[in-house]
Amino acid sequence: MTGFAYTILIPLIPLVMFLVTGLLGMKWKPIVSGILGTIGMGTSFVLSLITAGKYFFGSHLAEGFQTIIPMEISWLRFTETLIIKMGILLDPISVMMLVVITTVSFMVHLYSLGYMKGETGFARFYAFLSLFTFSMLGLVIATNIFQMYIFWELVGVSSFLLIGFYYQKPSAVAASKKAFIVTRFADLGFLIGILILSFVTGTFDFAQLTQPGTTIFGSAASMSFLGISALTWAMTLIFIGGAGKSAMFPLHIWLPDAMEGPTPVSALIHAATMVVAGVFLVARMFPVIHFQAPATQEIIGYVGGFTSLFAAVIAITQYDIKRVLAFSTLSQLGYMMLALGVSGYGGEDGLGYMASMFHLFTHAMFKALLFLGAGSIIHAVHSNNMSDMGGLRKYMPITHATFLIACLTIAGVPFLSGFFSKDEILAAALHHNKLLFAVEFIVAGLTAFYMFRLYFCVFWGKDRHYHHTPHESPLVMTIPLMFLAVASVFAGYLPFAELVTSDKIAFESQMDFAVAIPSVLIGLFGIAMAWLLYKKESALPEKLALKWGVLYTATFNKFYFDEIYLFVTRKIIFNYISRPIAWFDRHIIDGFMVGIGTTTEKVSYRIKGMQSGQLQQYAFMFVAGTLALTLSMLYFLM
Amino acid sequence: MDLGQFILMRQELLLTFAALVVLVAEVFTGEKNKSRIINLTLCLFALVTIIGFIPGETGNLFGGSYQSSQLTVFMKNTLNLAVLIVFLQAESWLRKPENADKISEYFILTLSTLIGMNFMISAGDFLMFYIGLETATIPIAGLAAFDKIKSKSAEAGIKLILSSALSSGILLFGLSMLYGATGTIYFADMTGLVTKDPMILLGFIFFVSGMGFKISLVPFHFWTADVYEGAPINVTSYLSVVSKGAAAFIFSIVLFTVFKNIVELWKPMIYTLAIFTMTLGNLFAIRQDNIKRFLAFSSIAQAGFILLGILGAGELGMTAIVYFVLVYVFTNLGAFGVVAAIHNASGVENISGYNGLYQTNPKLGLLMTISLFSLAGIPPIAGFFGKFFLFTAAAGSGYYILVLIAVLNATISLYYYLLVIKAIFIEKNEQPIPTFRSSNAMRIALVMCITGVFVIGFASGIFEYIRSISKLFLN
Repeated sequence: MTGFAYTILIPLIPLVMFLVTGLLGMKWKPIVSGILGTIGMGTSFVLSLITAGKYFFGSHLAEGFQTIIPMEISWLRFTETLIIKMGILLDPISVMMLVVITTVSFMVHLYSLGYMKGETGFARFYAFLSLFTFSMLGLVIATNIFQMYIFWELVGVSSFLLIGFYYQKPSAVAASKKAFIVTRFADLGFLIGILILSFVTGTFDFAQLTQPGTTIFGSAASMSFLGISALTWAMTLIFIGGAGKSAMFPLHIWLPDAMEGPTPVSALIHAATMVVAGVFLVARMFPVIHFQAPATQEIIGYVGGFTSLFAAVIAITQYDIKRVLAFSTLSQLGYMMLALGVSGYGGEDGLGYMASMFHLFTHAMFKALLFLGAGSIIHAVHSNNMSDMGGLRKYMPITHATFLIACLTIAGVPFLSGFFSKDEILAAALHHNKLLFAVEFIVAGLTAFYMFRLYFCVFWGKDRHYHHTPHESPLVMTIPLMFLAVASVFAGYLPFAELVTSDKIAFESQMDFAVAIPSVLIGLFGIAMAWLLYKKESALPEKLALKWGVLYTATFNKFYFDEIYLFVTRKIIFNYISRPIAWFDRHIIDGFMVGIGTTTEKVSYRIKGMQSGQLQQYAFMFVAGTLALTLSMLYFLM
Repeated sequence: MDLGQFILMRQELLLTFAALVVLVAEVFTGEKNKSRIINLTLCLFALVTIIGFIPGETGNLFGGSYQSSQLTVFMKNTLNLAVLIVFLQAESWLRKPENADKISEYFILTLSTLIGMNFMISAGDFLMFYIGLETATIPIAGLAAFDKIKSKSAEAGIKLILSSALSSGILLFGLSMLYGATGTIYFADMTGLVTKDPMILLGFIFFVSGMGFKISLVPFHFWTADVYEGAPINVTSYLSVVSKGAAAFIFSIVLFTVFKNIVELWKPMIYTLAIFTMTLGNLFAIRQDNIKRFLAFSSIAQAGFILLGILGAGELGMTAIVYFVLVYVFTNLGAFGVVAAIHNASGVENISGYNGLYQTNPKLGLLMTISLFSLAGIPPIAGFFGKFFLFTAAAGSGYYILVLIAVLNATISLYYYLLVIKAIFIEKNEQPIPTFRSSNAMRIALVMCITGVFVIGFASGIFEYIRSISKLFLN
């Protein structure tokens, strides 16, 4: 199959836009940069859709989709066999990612025309957005792991710039720095993993690495270090890199803080693109991980499962609307990782793989919608705090409707996209690992609960004292919301099992009712709980006061139930489970990472005395150093 | 001997010629026209640099005392480029009235050290090596004390000369032991005679200590911070880039050729030195507020990374080192250039003085940021590739733990580089450094640096070329 050479334009257009708006943006009216960037992104978006249509629905072989490399240049001959290349690789997952990235990025470009209007550095913002999109696109179409690493880091740099966009705001700056350094720590694992992998196999190319039944691992299986095979090391280290970007526990600490950046940025980076890079990486390396490093796959499954539970529990206690969404993202990413962790390879065994990619796709749509909706709300009430919001459904009908669709989707309500993808993940987990299934089952309930807690708090309940009456956002912001809402509803009907599978061969996937029914029920249960607790939260006491004497018996049971529920959730779950976990997260996990930093500083302070300025001391150290070398040499000779 | 053979040492001859021209010009220029020497030298040296790139014959001279190969020519060209940038950056500083009577001194001293370094790199025996080393060291002490009215500068000069006397003494002692044990000073002859004989090993250790001083490896680095801080910026940048680069070149050449038989013995030694140098250099750098001291310690940490390449003994290691130094030249001189420009315009030397730089001088702020990102090793800037190849060289020899420590250190270094970037972009300042325009020469130098930082990263041909000449050299 040929004729895909034009795909080079997809990443190239944002790059050109970055250079143009970055270099010339100061000379124009800011809005020009915005419109240019948006048009450029729109073009990339259309091209991606064409590519996807041609790739998935054009003529392809009966035995599945091919991996197409329309363009590749040898960039560096490292050793005789190890060659670093730069190119474009099209296969089901990369084509899917092209669609996801360009869709969300285009929506964010459009939306930001309204949201960022009047901000200082509007042009700069668009330049960064283009740079980010370019890096992300380069990452997914990488033909080899080295190219991926370069773009991976570039993604890190551009997200650093975007999160720190409000550079007058100290918290934003601190957050961007934290995000950068934490992910860099993870990347060091990635880099070393690449080094080991390339030395063991002698290639960087995905096409060779992920070919099933390949012989390049022949001699590698016997190599080991500390009793663990070299490939397991390599894959685990590479996974650590992925875990950093995808914010898996315990490397997740940067994500909630990164919410300090502009909200559209959160929608782009922290919902749909950068954070799924880790999942994408694992999916890309999946055959290697599955066949050569099964231990790593186990780790991936458990890390994913734990993260999803951990984050869902914390999400219940958060009051900052964006933080709720951030923890929700963590939880959903955990889902995707878990699905890869329990997946087999080929045919129906590869259900987990397919489900993970499916969920990645649907999640990108509805989570971007949630973030953009949150942005619209923040835009209207000028606050991130849920306690400053209430009764907004009257003022913001479109935001309300689209937000509700997104909440229903993430809660797994039937016939919306989230339902299908989540169901596949649960089914895959059930067949491979009962414990992880149980965890995910609980998370499904928690997810519905915290999302609707958010929903009811924001859109229902009493009006707050707003500085001015909240109003619906302008059309340029609501169009993306509506578009994404439609996508969230219908994305579930894409036949993913025929398009994106572990061995690129289509298989039949059927709805597993044994899984679907309980998972829908627990989702509905979660929604009901949220409704009971939060929708009427403010109305309940008044009603009770009025009707206390008259309808006592009628309301008794319900009231009683409420009380118990309130007691259980507020007093027990909140205080004894969620709060401590949130505290643990903030102080221990976070504290540990900060601790590394402070310890380094302290050690640095201690040793300052060594540099005294005394020449005699320097001479002494010189001679002592020579002596130490001599002694060590003697030791080695013995 | 056919005089035509002297073309083999064309670079040394050209440099000597340039130094002599400056000397003659000094004599024949009137007191008021001294600043013309600057233009003359800049043009002359630019020519010398360009001529150096013309490919020519290679071979041996003086019965093997002097060796020239494509690799050594490339190394010398790298150093020439670096010195050209340093000269361009020094231009506006030399035009200051207080330096009016010392202009030619600066050029002649610098050129002399460069000649010494060239001979050192081309050395085929330990005598030539030692003479080159000393020629390269002694004038630097004069340069460090260039601002002789400033006590810090004078202190830097005296500290440098005293501690380098100690290190040279130990080094020479080591060399004489090597001669005593093997009966030869020629590299080619000694290679086969190096055994695990205690005297040879002791001589070797003394050699390593002496070179450790030049490359500023921990614990032989103590002079670095004081000298870097005290010396004028344009001398500091010369010391940290050119002098260190040359020493790293010859150190790896000697280890890879003369001492290749005892490679298993020196690898653990280099391993330990690498860990200490990277880690301590980083830990010291975190606390510095003086930007010169900061860059000094960061350059110590960078030297530690070079050792990773040495551990990858062989073609890949050699390539990685030469490539890294090439990248390091542009990266570090980019950072030093900004520091020098700011110092010339406002006298600010503290990181806290850089607060709010981006508001008033956005271009310099960006340039500094890119240089620091490159030093930290963020792709796709050249600094990343430099580090990556060093890591690969070490990983290729199986030193994964060391690579892990190195990458950790690279991450720590990112932290302190970000501190400077934070000062430039974020910190508020009531009185930021006022907007100024740097001299044209400085601008050219900075453009060269920034181009180098990007081009070397992307032009893969450079790496492949270095690899081919390293292969040729080592076989």
